Parts: sequence; C-alpha cells; structure tokens
Amino acid sequence: MKLKATLLGAAAALALAPMAAQAGRGDSGHLNILYWQAASILNPYLSGGNKDIDASALVLEPLARYDENGNMVPWLAESIPTVENGGVSEDLTSITWRLKEGLIWSDGTPVTSADVVFTANYCMDESGGCQQLAGFADISNVEALDERTIKITFDKPKPFPYSAFVGSTMPILQQAQFKDCVGTNAPNCTEQNFGPIGTGPFVVDEFKANDTISMSANPNYRDADKPSFASLTFKGGGDAASAARAVLETGEFDYAWNLQVDPTVLAEMAKGGKGEVISAFGTAVERLMVNMTNPDPALGEKRSTLEGGPHPFLTDPAVRRALSLAIDRALLAEVGYGAAGKPTCNVVPAPAIYVSTANDECLVQDIAKANQILDEAGWMPGPDGIRQKDGVRLSILYQTSTNAVRQDTQALVKDWWSQIGVETELKNIDAAVFFGGDQSSPDTFQKFYADIEMYTNLFDGTDPEAYMGSWKCSEIPSPENNWLGNNMPRYCNSEYDALVEKLAVTAALEERAAIVKQMNDMLMQDGAMIPLIHRGSVSARANSLQGVKLNVWDSQMWNVADWSRAE
Amino acid sequence: MLNYTIRRLLFAIPVLLFISFIIFLILDLAPSDPTGNLPLTIPPEVREKIRQSLGLGEPMYWRYLMWCKQFFINEPLNIWDQWMGTCSFNCEDRLRVVSYVTRSPVVDLIVERLPQTLWVVGMSYVVGILIAIPIGVISAYRQYSWFDQAGTFVSMVGFSVPPFFSGVLVIVIFSVQLGWFPSIYDTTLKVVDWDTFVLQLKQMVLPVMVLALQTTAQISRFMRASMLDNLNMDYVRTARAKGMKERTVLLVHVLRNSLIPVVTVIALGVPSVFGGAIITEQVFKVNGIGQLLIIGIQGGDAPLVQTLTFIFAVLIVLANLIADILYGILDPRIRYD
Repeated sequence: MKLKATLLGAAAALALAPMAAQAGRGDSGHLNILYWQAASILNPYLSGGNKDIDASALVLEPLARYDENGNMVPWLAESIPTVENGGVSEDLTSITWRLKEGLIWSDGTPVTSADVVFTANYCMDESGGCQQLAGFADISNVEALDERTIKITFDKPKPFPYSAFVGSTMPILQQAQFKDCVGTNAPNCTEQNFGPIGTGPFVVDEFKANDTISMSANPNYRDADKPSFASLTFKGGGDAASAARAVLETGEFDYAWNLQVDPTVLAEMAKGGKGEVISAFGTAVERLMVNMTNPDPALGEKRSTLEGGPHPFLTDPAVRRALSLAIDRALLAEVGYGAAGKPTCNVVPAPAIYVSTANDECLVQDIAKANQILDEAGWMPGPDGIRQKDGVRLSILYQTSTNAVRQDTQALVKDWWSQIGVETELKNIDAAVFFGGDQSSPDTFQKFYADIEMYTNLFDGTDPEAYMGSWKCSEIPSPENNWLGNNMPRYCNSEYDALVEKLAVTAALEERAAIVKQMNDMLMQDGAMIPLIHRGSVSARANSLQGVKLNVWDSQMWNVADWSRAE
Repeated sequence: MLNYTIRRLLFAIPVLLFISFIIFLILDLAPSDPTGNLPLTIPPEVREKIRQSLGLGEPMYWRYLMWCKQFFINEPLNIWDQWMGTCSFNCEDRLRVVSYVTRSPVVDLIVERLPQTLWVVGMSYVVGILIAIPIGVISAYRQYSWFDQAGTFVSMVGFSVPPFFSGVLVIVIFSVQLGWFPSIYDTTLKVVDWDTFVLQLKQMVLPVMVLALQTTAQISRFMRASMLDNLNMDYVRTARAKGMKERTVLLVHVLRNSLIPVVTVIALGVPSVFGGAIITEQVFKVNGIGQLLIIGIQGGDAPLVQTLTFIFAVLIVLANLIADILYGILDPRIRYD
C-alpha cells in the first residue's frame, strides 16, 4: 500500500498525462514554439528575462519546481525536504536535498551533488554578475554530503528555505561544462551559455542568439517514453499580434507566448479555429504607486526623498481613497487586458491563502462617494473646477512606461479623476529608461519625480516574504543608497517593519498567511499604492497540441516533456 | 583617379574615428540601461552587480578606448586567426567586443545574420531596380499616358504606405486567406536540394514584395525624371535627325546618359541593404541585421549598437566614395585629378 502511494505520488509529481504515456519518445514529430521576444542566451544565471528562462527550461532543470496550481513538486530531487521528514533542520537553519537515483546528463555522465554545489558557487561568485543572486540570499554554505545529498546552511533561521534550486530561474548546471566559466569568465563562455548540457527533455542542436533555437529530444532523458516530440524550433522575433496570428490564424506554429494583444483583436483571431487562447493568473498586479514625499522640482536634490518633506496632498488619506474609488477597474480590465486581467484591490492577489478581502470596496467605481469624501475633507472646487485647500491644488503628474495599454489606462483614469475635480498631467517614458537604473536620468521609477506612477510588479514562486519586505523604511530609494530600493511610495511605518521581522521568523503556513494579509491590508488602507488589475499570462496553443498546462508559478515550458501531438 | 581614391580613403580615417566617438557619446549619454528590461523581481543591489560585471563601473574614456582596441585590433586579429587557423598574440586572452545581452562576440552575431539580410533585403533591392528601370523608361517616353499615370500611382503608394501596414496586409491576404506563402521566415532552412530551394523562394516572396515596392517607387521616379531631362536634349534631336531607329535613340543614347545619376542613387542605397530593414524584418521575423539593431537599442546593449552603427558608417562612407568613382567612370567629362 505504501509502495503504491509512493509510486502514485511520483507519477503525479512528474505530471504524467495518461494519454501521453501511451506514446513513445519522438512519436509526435516536430514542435514549433514562437516567442516574439527572442531568446538571447540559455543560461538563466546570466539573464533574468522570461524568454531566456523559458528557453533554458527546455534543457536545464531545478531540484524542485511549482506545478500549475502553485504547489511545489520535486523535480531532480527525490522529495521536498520539510521539518517533518527531517529534510529541514528543527532550527530552520539548514535544508538537505537528495537527488533522484540514476540521474544522467544529456552527455551520459551522472548528475552528482558536486554539480549542485558548483552551481551555487557559480552564482554566488561576486564578480560573475549572476542575476539570480537574490535566490541565494542568506546562504552561508552549500556542501555535498555524499554523491546524491546536498546540504544548504543559512546564516539565520529561514522559515521558507525553498529559494535556491527551486523553480526554473535556478536550475542545475553541469560542473564539467562550466568549471572554467566562474566569476569574470562567466560572460565569455559563449559556447557554454548558448548550449548548456542539461537533464531536461531536449538538447540544443543549434543556437542563433536573438533568433532561433533548434533542439532535439534528449536521448538520455530519464523517462524512456518522453519527450513525445522528436525535435523543436524555438523561434523569436516579431510582435505579440503576429505571434498570435501564427498560431490562431495561419497555424504555422503550435505555441505562442505572452500575447499582450488588444482583447478584441485576439478574440477575432481566435475565430480562425486553428488554436485556442489560454490564460492563467499569478501574482502580477498593475498598480499605481503613490508618492508620499514631495516631488516638487524646487526642492532640487531633495525632491522625492524623506528629507524633502511629505507630499502636499497625497498624504491626506481622504485624497488617496477618493482617487482609488473614482477608478472603474472592471472597465480598465475589459479595455486593456480582456482574458488577461481582472480587477483587484490587493497588492498580493494570489496564492489564495494570502488574499485579503478587507479592501474590496474599490472593486466598484463610485464617483459620487469619491466627491463626497473630498468635500468632507475640505477640498473644494476652485474657479477652474479643480479642488483645492489652503492654496494647494489637486494637480497630479502621473507617469508610466510607454506601452499602448498603459496609455489607454492613463487616459481613462485622467478622465475619471477630472470628474472628481482632480487635474492630471500624463507622462510616459521608454521602458528601458523608466525601469533602467541610470543615475543621471531623472525619469527612472526609483527617482519617482512625479506624484503617481504605474507599473506591474510580482513575486516569483509562491512565497511573498521578500516581496512584502519591499515596503520597509530601509528600502526607500534615496541619493544615499544611489536610488536603489523597492519602496517606491516612500512608505515608512514602524508597525509594518515589525510585521516584516515577524514574518521572517514565522514558519507555520497559516500564521504566515495571516501576517501577509495584515501587511497587505496595511499597505492598502494607508494608501501607499492603488492596485488596479490582477494580470494574467496569455498564451495560445494549436488545437493539435496536447498536454499544455499554463503555469504562472514557473516556466511555461515546465512540463514540455508531456506535450504531444493529437492524432 | 588612383591618387584621388587614396586621398579620399586616408581622409575617411579621421572622419570614421570621429563618428565612432560621437556614436559612443550618444549611446553613453542616453539614459538607457542594460538591466532596465530585466524583471522587477531582480533586486536593485543585484542589478548594480550586473552593471559592474558588464564593465559599466569604468570611466567613459576608458570604455571607449577599450572598444577601439577590441574593434580595431582584436577583431581583425581574430578574423585573421580564423582564416589562417593560427593563434597569434596569445589569442586565448584576447577580448572581443561582447554583447551585454547575449554575452557573445558581436561580430559573430552580425556574421550569423548577414545571410538572411542579404538574401531578403539584397534581393528586394535587385528586384526593385529591375522593375523600376523599365517603368521609369516607359513612363518618361510615354509621358502622361495611362502607363505613366499607373506608374505614378504605384510609386505614390510605395512611398506613402509604411511596411508595417503593407507587410501585415500581404500576410493577411497571402498567408491567412490564401495560404500560399508562410508569414514567418525560417532562418534555419538550408538550401540543399530543389524542394528546399522552393521553400526558400516561397518564404522570401512576401518580404521581398513589401521591400521591393519601396525601392521601385523611389528608383522609378529618379529614372523617369532623368529620362525626361535627356529626352529634350539637342543630341537626341540630332540622333533622330541622323535617321537612327527610335529604339537605338532611346536605349543607347538616352538610357545610358540618364543612368548616370540613377547609378549614383543606387550605389548610395547599397549600405542600407546591409543595414537591413528594421520594420519589415520584424513583421516577417526575418531576424536579420535590422532586427539585431532594434533589439540592441531596446535592451540598452551598447557594444552591439555601437559596433553595428559604426559598420553602417563605414559602409556609407565607402558607398559615397564608390558612387563618386563610378560617376567619373560613367561620365568621361568628370575628372577628379
């Protein structure tokens, strides 16, 4: 009985589709995948871009990853270590992973714990510029206990120790291949970065950077019947609309990713009958960040910093609440996102156990009530119809990155705010500048030389601890820390900081969920940000492609071994 | 002529060095950041480390000199070594111009993309010229006829319809509705037999069509204007008075003389072939030089953009020189010495 349960568990873990199990390796022929942003490199440690991580997920695999429901499943590891099964130490300062038996690389050599230790050292090397360094935070030591066992020791208790080697952003590299690529040599290993040897279902035949990758089935893949496809093309280039067309209308491709296309256009294409639009929701939220500090240009160096003083009117809770109430989020979702967006009032919109219902007031637009709130707070319309109090006019500079959907959203919000007597000036900045860290540019989202700014943020995996830590006082960007920091609203609340510390030492999931909810509500009710849209991922698959499970918690290619062609 | 050519080539060296410095300054002063397009889940401290690892911590003049050394010394040495199969001046440690995004040598990326760019953009240039010259000749000879009017109309369409519209239009007609041609260019296709050759032709039809329309529009106008200038010349009347056949007058006397300015225009357009076609390449996913450039710009990939734009600058300077020399060869009245 116990053996049977274990076997069933293993089967579920591998997400074996019952249909695909009948087919053998390579029976489905050729698979065409289209990513309109082309993959640049196949080493996720040197590129954080989703396109690159998804492409490398076809080849490289982590110890454990998330399934389509956000549950952690062992991948190269035998099982998920927990305190109960002894894999995580009682004091939460170490975790011990054990590799599956008999794992081999695509070149036929065995996978050992030395490869895992090497990968950790590879990324943690100071001079390598590793992009997944945050995943190795607080790790003091990674050691191999035997051929298949790896022990990771932390500096301090880690209630959620599953960051390193969990998820497609942190797969295992082969030591033999990458041993000369550590530190400053990392970027120069073009051959390795373009053709990593992995344990995944496919091996790289040809890599054309920013263009096309050709792959074929890994002859040494651990499941003899998989992958069902003998070869695949991972094509890049073009734009989202043409990618959607290639799957839905012309049928030239089997799978297209990230179809941020006008919802009406996408619906029209889906009538082509060649494929299906699929969507799923993760943790991404499009939100307005509210500047709690004064961005007045007259302040010079001190603008948008704590020293520059509080914002003239956005520090008034009534104003922030009115601004939020005036927005019709359902309409924004319908106009800009279609199947890929739904209204939200929380900055943590998923997983379900973390989602608060305390802020749902904002789901329904109520201009009359917003006006009433402003009236009661003493903001009265001036001669030009703009509300003012003590000589301060409600005039907002609202900035975001250049993107058709964002500019539509800006225009709608501007109109609604004008209905409550708030004047809005719109500004959009090229994404590479807005999200770039150029110290000399005044237009970065960290400097926040505006009253309101809009963008999307999210957290990887399912644990929001690091994400919630973004709004600590110490995370406020300022000239002292070179404007590095995630606390864009310049929100500073000692109670919130205390909750961050409490979360860091709480292990039980239910308690963690309660704390996260409390933090989310605090941020919402203090108006540090105004969430708008819970954003999903939209992809398209050809009707003949089976086994696709759109996964927002991990790479979209996570279960590509199970994909197959319908008869 | 030889003296003139050598003088021009020598003068080009300081010009190109100056251009490379200006390009570098523009890229460096632009508020673009190679880590700007990374997901927000990567924390700012890690971004700073990435920037350091890309060498962005060095002072600007140092980075420019490094690029100069890598591009003018290391890259030619590398090409030499690859041809000769040697390893001169310890080639193991030689730093090449490396892209920030792909972490691979920029020159290799460019070489990898040249075939599809030359096939598609080059072919469209040739096709465009082959169509444009007869249209220009007939339009001028039969000025204000229905053919001339139709030619004018097509040129105006070619001039005014942008490729992001005409490209999508031909895809909707020929790929979606009729299903004759693929809408996506397969860069991995290797022409080895008749079938793959047909496939290659098929996938080239749509992008070449879109690009050739533009070339045709431009060159046929030049050709027509030049022909009209010459048709009214005295020597044409003389030739006719001598009793020459109309065909000889037109194709030997007028056409040859009219081609002189057109050849200059064609020569000056050749660098743009190597520059690729940014929009059309995106529409059909040809992924040539143009797409490489636009990805580099979007990703803040300074070494890639710097190298590509500099190569364009070299090609433009050379094309100007070639055009001037051709002019001298075609028109014996022009002498530079």
